[in-house]
Amino acid sequence: MKVAKDLLYTNDHEWVKVEGEVALIGIADYAQHHLGDIVYVELPEIDDEIAKEDSFSAVESVKAAADIYMPVSGKVIEVNEELIDDPALLNADPYENWMIKIEITSKEELEELMTSEEYEKFLAEEE
Amino acid sequence: METKKTPLYNEHVSLGGKVVDYAGWFLPVQYEGLVAEHEAVRNAVGLFDVSHMGEITIKGKDALAFVDYLMTNDISKVVDNQIVYTFMCAPDGGVVDDLLVYRFHHDDFYLVVNASNTEKDYKWILEQKGSFDVEIENISDTVGEVAIQGPLAQKVLQKLTKTDLNEITFFTLNRSVDINGVECMVSRTGYTGEDGFEIYTTNDGIVKVWKDLLEAGKEEGIKPAGLGCRDTLRFEASLPLYGHEISQEITPLEGGFKYFVKLDKESDFIGKEELNKQWKDGLKRKLAGFEMIGRGIPREGYEIQKDGMKIGHVTTGYMSPTLKKNIGNALIAPEFTELGTEVDIMIRNKPVKAVIISKKFLKK
Repeated sequence: MKVAKDLLYTNDHEWVKVEGEVALIGIADYAQHHLGDIVYVELPEIDDEIAKEDSFSAVESVKAAADIYMPVSGKVIEVNEELIDDPALLNADPYENWMIKIEITSKEELEELMTSEEYEKFLAEEE
Repeated sequence: METKKTPLYNEHVSLGGKVVDYAGWFLPVQYEGLVAEHEAVRNAVGLFDVSHMGEITIKGKDALAFVDYLMTNDISKVVDNQIVYTFMCAPDGGVVDDLLVYRFHHDDFYLVVNASNTEKDYKWILEQKGSFDVEIENISDTVGEVAIQGPLAQKVLQKLTKTDLNEITFFTLNRSVDINGVECMVSRTGYTGEDGFEIYTTNDGIVKVWKDLLEAGKEEGIKPAGLGCRDTLRFEASLPLYGHEISQEITPLEGGFKYFVKLDKESDFIGKEELNKQWKDGLKRKLAGFEMIGRGIPREGYEIQKDGMKIGHVTTGYMSPTLKKNIGNALIAPEFTELGTEVDIMIRNKPVKAVIISKKFLKK
């Protein structure tokens, strides 16, 4: 399972890339692998304010639907529209293909997330 | 109850299958990927381990009369070496199981039942025996079974046997087919909507048959296929899955499978009275197909509404790999089943528009 460096991770296999006050959010390789062929992605509206651990998206494979949760609270400022037309991009490269861009509400919440090194260890224990 | 392993368990693991507990059995959901396996079966050939299925034999002087009494289909019309799909109902018309009945001889029948229902069915059948002169045996643990399915299934299987497979026509069987040295029963049956065969033999024999078929089918692009695509394939082909389109609570008439319920058959069968009554009184709910108009994939259990009122639920729904459409089966009040009717599927608490279409999704 690939783990991209310099990202922060959740127990639910979402990742966050922090760039100042904004952040990109996506799903980790582990998540796309376990879902299988992704055929549908639902994304929030611009300006939606979503709290940490609330669902911001549904990602569905042929077999199953999975809710994707906010790693940190924030306001949605951009969504990756490409995923609507081509959900399989999340299978092809889950780190390149971010899902939403947010304005972070509370940067302290970032401290609760795992570094890529910590996430690697977490994955090793999950297996 | 401890999860059981089929004789092919080690094959699944070595092929990289994603093994899960299904109906008390360790079985692969997928190997390479659901969609790739689905397409292999639709366009070429795929191989399924179906050793979890149950096999119950009914033998003896009264076997024909007894099986006919248990089943909704007309078993008296079935000839030797022929197979029939049928329901086995309770007195209230609810489905105990849906199954294949293999007739070897008028005093020798072989039932192939759902894995999750095998114990229940066996008990049920024993309870109905009464004064019928029959011997009933659950031989599930001694039988290994694979299904080779797809337009190239016959071509692949034919490489391994001298038996002319053209002689095994749709829903017939041959109990003595030598497949590369393994004695098997072969029937032209399946659960995918494609041509294909189901192969039954011993637990040891099935491992060799599995390996030999994967080897023989290389040229044709054979793929091992998991439970994931087994469900999408049967769904596209309008074949019911027990617990979804039919169940102890959903009668075969509500499921839209009246063809397999011979209400006018002369002999009595369990459930006949109640099913006749249900048919005469009119169904309170009915299975219909639908296609999403709005964005979203319908899933089993999602509520269906019309003008804000609940009218039923989704029994199965998918992004159909073959049709590339979001479609499903709806169990709803009959007044909404007319083609073209618009309904709302409640997806994550939001109504999303769908339209009733024919539930024969796959037009062949």
